[in-house]
Amino acid sequence: MRTLKTSLPLKILNIIGLIIMVAIFAMPFVWMISTSLKTLGETMVFPPKWIPDSLIWGNFELAWNSGPFLQYFINSVLVSVGILIFQFITVIPAAYAFARYEFRFKNVLFSLVMVTMMIPAQLIFLPVFLNLSDWGLLDTLWGLILPFATSAFGIFMLRQTFKQVPEELLEAARLDNSTDFKIMMKIMVPMAKPTLITLGLFNFITHWNDYFWPLVMTTTEQARTLPVGIAQLRQVDGGVAWNILMAGNVILVIPILIIFFFAQRHIIRAFTYTGVK
Amino acid sequence: MRLAKWRPYLLVAPAIIVFIVFFIQPIFYMIYLSFHDWNFISPDKTFVGLGNFKELLADTMFLEVIRNTLMYTFFTVLFSISISLLMSIWLNKQGWMYSFVQGAVFSPHIISLVSIAMLWMWIMDADYGLLNWILSLVGLEKVPWLTDPKTALPSLIIIAVWKNIGYFTLIIIAGLQSIPKHLYEAAALDRTPSWRRFAKITFPMLSPSLFFLTIIGILDSIKVFETISIITKGGPLNSTNTLVYYIYENGFIFFKIGYASAAGVILLVILSILTLLYFKVLSKKVHYQ
Repeated sequence: MRTLKTSLPLKILNIIGLIIMVAIFAMPFVWMISTSLKTLGETMVFPPKWIPDSLIWGNFELAWNSGPFLQYFINSVLVSVGILIFQFITVIPAAYAFARYEFRFKNVLFSLVMVTMMIPAQLIFLPVFLNLSDWGLLDTLWGLILPFATSAFGIFMLRQTFKQVPEELLEAARLDNSTDFKIMMKIMVPMAKPTLITLGLFNFITHWNDYFWPLVMTTTEQARTLPVGIAQLRQVDGGVAWNILMAGNVILVIPILIIFFFAQRHIIRAFTYTGVK
Repeated sequence: MRLAKWRPYLLVAPAIIVFIVFFIQPIFYMIYLSFHDWNFISPDKTFVGLGNFKELLADTMFLEVIRNTLMYTFFTVLFSISISLLMSIWLNKQGWMYSFVQGAVFSPHIISLVSIAMLWMWIMDADYGLLNWILSLVGLEKVPWLTDPKTALPSLIIIAVWKNIGYFTLIIIAGLQSIPKHLYEAAALDRTPSWRRFAKITFPMLSPSLFFLTIIGILDSIKVFETISIITKGGPLNSTNTLVYYIYENGFIFFKIGYASAAGVILLVILSILTLLYFKVLSKKVHYQ
């Protein structure tokens, strides 16, 4: 009886606290969506209006037509998916070699991988920009894909997974005269499926959202991606059209929110993977 | 037999080539450029030795940039970790309600910084912003969040902390869940008070996670670019200009390639020290096991 008395107000307080927390972290997105459906006049009302008088779906059309957004969208997809494919092609064999072979310079090469894990793109963009310019790759999708064609983090994670595959499985495969390629594709990759999904989601989200690299490495619209295109929306006509701007941001955010909705568990795991060893 | 010897090298070659072309060579190229004067357009690079570095260290603007970067990093990491620590203890429970809240708190982490920057630009708008509306509800004055040199950097720190918290909280929760239960059971038998249980068991057992988050937080803060580029452009009065934005500005707007490279080398030195520190502690941890 006594415990119930003390715990009920606490329970209510707890729930209020949780609601405030959700409001602080998720409400801004609700506001983003609400603003994207307002008239320009409604965006400048104080106190702010949460629910617009009528829903102006035309804002999305305006945002989409304010630049070559179809091009941006296609570029975004090509770059994110291109990086994903290249990373799988380069990361899987490297991780396999580091996990299963002994060879000279193995430690040196692996240290190199570990060091690059700590080098952010923001540090070396200037020399890479000059290189890409020399090679004629500036303002092309290749310039956005190739620098991320492999992933030190991916090699590191996948190597851990490959190391756990029982040796007997590989022995049996070798007796059957299986090639390295067959062993990788038929044994290693299926065993490492969760890690590969994790890395894939993590990379797709990171590069879909990236603003810095496409901003720096492109000078015209032909190779720009969605984040850069949407950032440009705010320079339209001097003043900021918040409703159009937020409509653009909703277009950018929706694919990620949909993926998040369906794969929340996987995504959270992908992002917390590094911290939990 | 001969081919077999080469196999591992063939397997690692694609990845290693990408690293050399896009990470290792650029670092040396940047160091080389930092000793030269070059405006990108002219064909000649003039060797100036340590000239760029001397100029940088005498430039009050650059010293401000370093100070801003350090302040931003220090407070972002401090607040991100301390708030996440409290929230993780609160949210470390089973049930759909808690996993829903965890998901909501985490959601800013997967959204593009472009959207986050614009969203907060609007939230922190002095005239129509959500934040000033909330302040007005409790009877406080409007704050010119992003347009006053005094409040602009703290405002950017608030945005960064808001974005970090969900991720940090989840990492700490994962750390909490890996603490062996029997430690707490023993403490309960001894009737150890809860604050001592936290100080003697929880905190030490969490230290690897907290260390990891400190490093991640520092690296992330040092490379801040999006919010600055979109919201403040380093202003007002240079109050939010930080290292990466400064390098970008000098390289791409003023075409001072050598000067920007020298600033890049300084950033490289800072990151190298952090990396060494990280691997030192990490190797100690490995020895421990």
